[in-house]
Amino acid sequence: MMQNEPARILVSLRDVSKVYRNGTEALRDISFEVRQGECVTLLGPSGCGKSTVLRLIAGLDPVSSGVLTHERGETVGPDSRCDMGFVFQEPALMPWANVFDNVFLPLRLIGQRRKETRSKIEAILAQVGLSDFQKAYPNQLSGGQRMRVSIARALVRDPALLLLDEPFAALDEITRFRLNDDLLRLRETFGTTFVFITHSIYESVYLSSRILVMAAAPGRIVEEIAIDASLERDENFRLGETYLAYCRKVTRALEYASGARV
Amino acid sequence: MRHWLSRLPGFFPPLLVFLAALGLWEAIVRVAAIPPYILPAPSLIVATLYNDRAILFPALWITVEITFGAFLAATLGGVLLALCFARWPWAERCFLPFAIILQVTPIVAIAPLLVIYLDADSAVLTCAFLVAFFPILANTSLGLAATDRMLVDLFTFYGASRSQMLWWLRWPSGLPYFLGGLRIGGGLALIGAIVAELAAGAAGKGAGLAFRITEAGYRLNIPRMFAGLTLISLTGITIFFLLSAVSRLLLRHWHESARSSER
Repeated sequence: MMQNEPARILVSLRDVSKVYRNGTEALRDISFEVRQGECVTLLGPSGCGKSTVLRLIAGLDPVSSGVLTHERGETVGPDSRCDMGFVFQEPALMPWANVFDNVFLPLRLIGQRRKETRSKIEAILAQVGLSDFQKAYPNQLSGGQRMRVSIARALVRDPALLLLDEPFAALDEITRFRLNDDLLRLRETFGTTFVFITHSIYESVYLSSRILVMAAAPGRIVEEIAIDASLERDENFRLGETYLAYCRKVTRALEYASGARV
Repeated sequence: MRHWLSRLPGFFPPLLVFLAALGLWEAIVRVAAIPPYILPAPSLIVATLYNDRAILFPALWITVEITFGAFLAATLGGVLLALCFARWPWAERCFLPFAIILQVTPIVAIAPLLVIYLDADSAVLTCAFLVAFFPILANTSLGLAATDRMLVDLFTFYGASRSQMLWWLRWPSGLPYFLGGLRIGGGLALIGAIVAELAAGAAGKGAGLAFRITEAGYRLNIPRMFAGLTLISLTGITIFFLLSAVSRLLLRHWHESARSSER
């Protein structure tokens, strides 16, 4: 569908730089745009500023120079945030609230009532396979389940754009594969656009339509690799020759990026 | 093989030890025929509690009233000030040193002055308030400041207002610290009340337990002194258990401190 008409641009960055108050140059001249329906992955060695890019898009940190534009206009107010969801490195759940209330939070913060939103939250919890856990507290859940709650919470306001900051880094491989598949399924269901951060080459190739490879000191984009979006993402893809070819290509780019740092 | 003591309910072993100690005490007093004005036997202390009930229990009520009033005021004051500190960090810089000075100066040394400047009843109340106040303030402040960075980002990201941030994030995440402060403050309020009563002497119109103990001391009525002491420790124990129960009730779902030790 979206191949026919040019998809709208949700976020665009033009020569965006970030310099911290202590003088550290975290990002230099970052330029890219994210179109509706894409899954853009930022891949790079630790310390290359991947998370900083995400925080700038999220409006959690101000841009030092350059222009960051959201679809609704120049950043960064609560208005532009309504259309985004954020999944943090850790589940970041409130330990004193049960699963339902944790997912309810983004709606509660804009003044919605629990009653009005019950069916919506139940539907989202069903999507992430946690229907039976509404009343459970975070400390009763496994790491993977907590991450699912976090994803459900990020989707509850129907965001056009979902920002994910290395969400699965702390999980074991099997849980990670499963959540990757869930993420792809959710993306189809909700039509959400992703900006995804990872340091796993395999994960990036599996999920993305486009990979931006970053290098550190200062953080910058050194290569852009498009992954054929028409490929079916399933177990066969993960075992196939095409997947491995992409992985080799990305590995080389990442090696170059890591080398370029020194 | 686990020791048979460890298979009993948790409160049982200390209770057994306690009863054994009382029994030993009773036995020593009887066998050695120690006169009651030197060391009264537990049975005599219990008897005195009953016989002197007309003196002791009204005195207990007064002390409990003061303790409770001071504790309530300290909780309100401590929480309000901690909320102000959280809202306006400069207020913390301005006022915290004074709170610390009050805390580190021994209350026994301040009490006689308070008795001079204030009427006896308010002096006792103030004294108990001063000791209970600081731990509640300090713990609540710490709790409000110890919020998970990622949750702060989350709330910021979703455009939480300042008051939403305070009541839905900082307050619940600081609750365990606040409750810890309450447990300390509750015990200290009782100590403060007793210390102030000792300093105030008979000046107060209603005489509390500490006054009754001193008075019994002047008359060498040692059994009554022990009876008074027993009531004070029972009060302290009750306060501790009540506050622990409140704490467990509020934190039972999520905080490590409220988890049962059973596996």
